[in-house]
Amino acid sequence: MADPMKIRANLAGDTTEVKVLMSHEMETGQRKDAQGKVIPAWFIQNVTATWNGKTVLSAEWGPAIAKNPFLSFRFKGGARGDKVQVNWVDNRGDKRSDEATIA
Amino acid sequence: MRQRIRAAVAVAGFACAVPLALAQGSATEEIEKYRQALQDGNPADLWEMRGEGLWRTPAGPKKATLEQCDLGKGPGVVKGAYAELPRYFADAGRVMDLETRLVWCRVTLQGLSEADAKKNPYGSSNRKSDNEALVAYVTSQSRGIPMNVRLDNPQMKEAFALGEKIFYFRGGPHDFACATCHGEDGKRIRLQDLPNLTAKAGAQKGYSTWPAYRVSQGELRTFQWRLNDCFRQQRFPELEFASPASIALTTFLAYNANGAPFDAPAIKR
Ligand code: HEC
Repeated sequence: MADPMKIRANLAGDTTEVKVLMSHEMETGQRKDAQGKVIPAWFIQNVTATWNGKTVLSAEWGPAIAKNPFLSFRFKGGARGDKVQVNWVDNRGDKRSDEATIA
Repeated sequence: MRQRIRAAVAVAGFACAVPLALAQGSATEEIEKYRQALQDGNPADLWEMRGEGLWRTPAGPKKATLEQCDLGKGPGVVKGAYAELPRYFADAGRVMDLETRLVWCRVTLQGLSEADAKKNPYGSSNRKSDNEALVAYVTSQSRGIPMNVRLDNPQMKEAFALGEKIFYFRGGPHDFACATCHGEDGKRIRLQDLPNLTAKAGAQKGYSTWPAYRVSQGELRTFQWRLNDCFRQQRFPELEFASPASIALTTFLAYNANGAPFDAPAIKR
């Protein structure tokens, strides 16, 4: 199973800023191993974020995103104590969901 | 190289607040800007998190956590412990650096064999290292605390003297010492500026910014790893993990960093 994400969510004025670190190899499918064999592509494909159950971000990712990706985004609204949930699914069907409380 | 390019793409795509600096300037300045751009989302945090989990989770034949591990400031005190390491431990009767002490705690508290506790000190993506994660967690608890290694007993003085000797010892096919590459200002090899570890500023920065997430490797690397890789660059035999030579060299370099606020886990190119 994938390692947990690290999520920080902070309210500034009427906007919530969310910063997420994800643990993922993000293999491009372009590299070869020491034996010359192509290392199969393996990357996060879909990312969503919800605030109190409502989707605030939905993204499609590809192999051009770096290993252990860092994602930062803002949305209008949010209150201290509210939950922000981030979810990803990779091209192998592996998934991960983690949650943070807005501070 | 490939990963560096990919990292830059990710920064451009997602860390919108951070402009990609493509202005003129020396390679060092550019690497420094790049480092700062990545600072906020430093993946080293992922290692810290995993390390804290390992610290608090019962493991080994004794099913014990590491929470009672004495890193020198008393059982269970992690805050500020790394800034005072290496130090002499009376229970072990010798000088230990962080990694040696972690091996000690995993053996005495968790019941691991010494060989098992020393296994896999430097990980890769499909072989994660518990050592690197634990080091990331413990060192993170000294962030901002000035380095304060004390040569307050004969064993520490001896370790320092041995470390100093190793630093200036020339040998190998190139007749190199650490000091050959790290003894003068303004030297570089390939594209990398070589820090002068014999001057206060270089010695402080060179020690207090490890461990670090190496973007070019996609891994968190410890100071021990840095020493190992420099042994390799020097074409010396492998520096054995947690060996007296490794502890001595670390003692010498850590003492020379005294006074510097500890500033890691960091991020490096
Ligand atoms: C052949 C030249 C060479 C020799 C010999 C050498 N190093 Fe290095 N050292 C380097 C290079 C290159 C770097 C990496 C610089 C970079 O990546 O920016 C480095 C980095 C370091 C750093 C990290 C500095 C920082 O600011 O991150 C330390 C500490 C260090 N070396 C210690 C040593 C020690 C101790 C020895 C002797 C065992 C040694 N080096 C021998 C080339 C050398």
